[in-house]
Amino acid sequence: MEEIKITSNCKVVIIGGSAGSLNALMQILPELIKINDFALVIVLHRKSTDDQTLEDLITLKSNIKVKSVEDKVPLLPGFIYIAPSNYHLLFEKDGILALDTSEKINYSRPSIDVSFESAAEVYGSSLIGILLSGSNSDGTVGLRAIKEAGGITVAQNPLSAEMPFMPNNAILYSNPDYILNIQEILHFIASINME
Amino acid sequence: MIEDIELEILINEVYEYYGFDFGSYSRASLKRRVNRVFQLDGFTNFPEFLSKVRSDPEYYKRMVDEITVNVTEMFRDPAFYNVLRNQILPLLGTKPFIRLWHAGCSTGEEVYSMAIMLKEAGLLHKSLIYATDINATVLETAKKGIFPLRMMKEYSQNYRDAGGQEDFSSYYTANYGIAKFNGELAEKMVFSQHNLVSDTSFNEFDLILCRNVLIYFDADLQKRVINLFDESLAVLGFLALGTKETIKYSIAPGKYKQLDKDKIWRKLK
Ligand SMILES: C[S@@+](CC[C@H](N)C(=O)[O-])C[C@H]1O[C@@H](n2cnc3c(N)ncnc32)[C@H](O)[C@@H]1O
Repeated sequence: MEEIKITSNCKVVIIGGSAGSLNALMQILPELIKINDFALVIVLHRKSTDDQTLEDLITLKSNIKVKSVEDKVPLLPGFIYIAPSNYHLLFEKDGILALDTSEKINYSRPSIDVSFESAAEVYGSSLIGILLSGSNSDGTVGLRAIKEAGGITVAQNPLSAEMPFMPNNAILYSNPDYILNIQEILHFIASINME
Repeated sequence: MIEDIELEILINEVYEYYGFDFGSYSRASLKRRVNRVFQLDGFTNFPEFLSKVRSDPEYYKRMVDEITVNVTEMFRDPAFYNVLRNQILPLLGTKPFIRLWHAGCSTGEEVYSMAIMLKEAGLLHKSLIYATDINATVLETAKKGIFPLRMMKEYSQNYRDAGGQEDFSSYYTANYGIAKFNGELAEKMVFSQHNLVSDTSFNEFDLILCRNVLIYFDADLQKRVINLFDESLAVLGFLALGTKETIKYSIAPGKYKQLDKDKIWRKLK
């Protein structure tokens, strides 16, 4: 594995995933004891009716407190935020979250690209984007935007992904900084802002 | 792609030339939308785009139509409609006459959903449904009651999830890819253009629905608009917002009572 250079000024970590990513997340989140001075935002594709289920599940399994995303809630370090189903999740310049019901992107709402691009604009080099398993091409354009804005990008190692297409696509077209399996992603997140 | 500063220039110029104030719209969404029409229409530099908006009122109208998000559905969030059906309509039904206002109704899917529920509750005949939007183009569609046929499978599922028991397809006639909803449903609807940013209250209502519109506004404008609703709502009337919206930051506590966890509030005084 490549040497990981963790920045010490990370404000936001955003994780995107589609089919097969919930399993990966369930191996990561319960193991995290705390998150150091950054907010963890999760954008998952799912059926619109599963909204509360996902939030409840993560709340139950995680040691870190989950804040419900509603229109215009502030994004605070130390908490997990989950993009609600059927809305795109956007980031405002003044550190609050915004929602948008516009057209699906890559057949998805929330779209990972939309959130990644929006976060990249606001958080630039203090953003880390992680793309997990999935069978859709969502996330690739967004990872590229994060990288171009100076942030750090990670794709799940397709060999460790239930559905390798999504991280594979990102590796082919966005040249992520790191390609990590699930355990490595866990260590990576745990070491952010640790110095 | 346009820059933040260019977006601010556009907002100012639009206000100066056309009097429309996007200044209190949420920037993250607005910027995405402006970028989208900028690219869609093949612009490559901002001054060219700006001058087109300024000099061509037709183009200005197109731009506004494109930057407002008009995505909507019939029986979106079935659980919400279930609460309307089982808890709100029976209360409204005791009144001799029911006035409703859909603010930001877009192409009308929500309004027809409401008319269907009112009809099933035996209340449509004594209801009047005002449906307004800032976008004249969507209102034209709404008036016709014509929606894409390919959506009907999803809508009839939503309808059933929302407690609907009838045959959903009995509410429309299918024809060449479109579903035309029965004229009877539209009889009690009044559509008109109304701008929540600048227009005033125009009637008193028993139920106001404004779903997924406030998310496009900043906190300040949200407060103003919720006050406009407050002025337009009868005591003991209801205000319904989208599933992720709230009046919490805009209204003095105690003035409204929220129904459980649903985004429906009752005006107490
Ligand atoms: C996402 S749609 C919501 C449609 C429907 N209420 C629903 O929830 O499915 C938002 C609507 O708000 C309208 N809108 C935006 N700004 C407005 C304003 N200042 N005054 C009135 N309507 C506005 C848009 O034109 C659009 O049709």
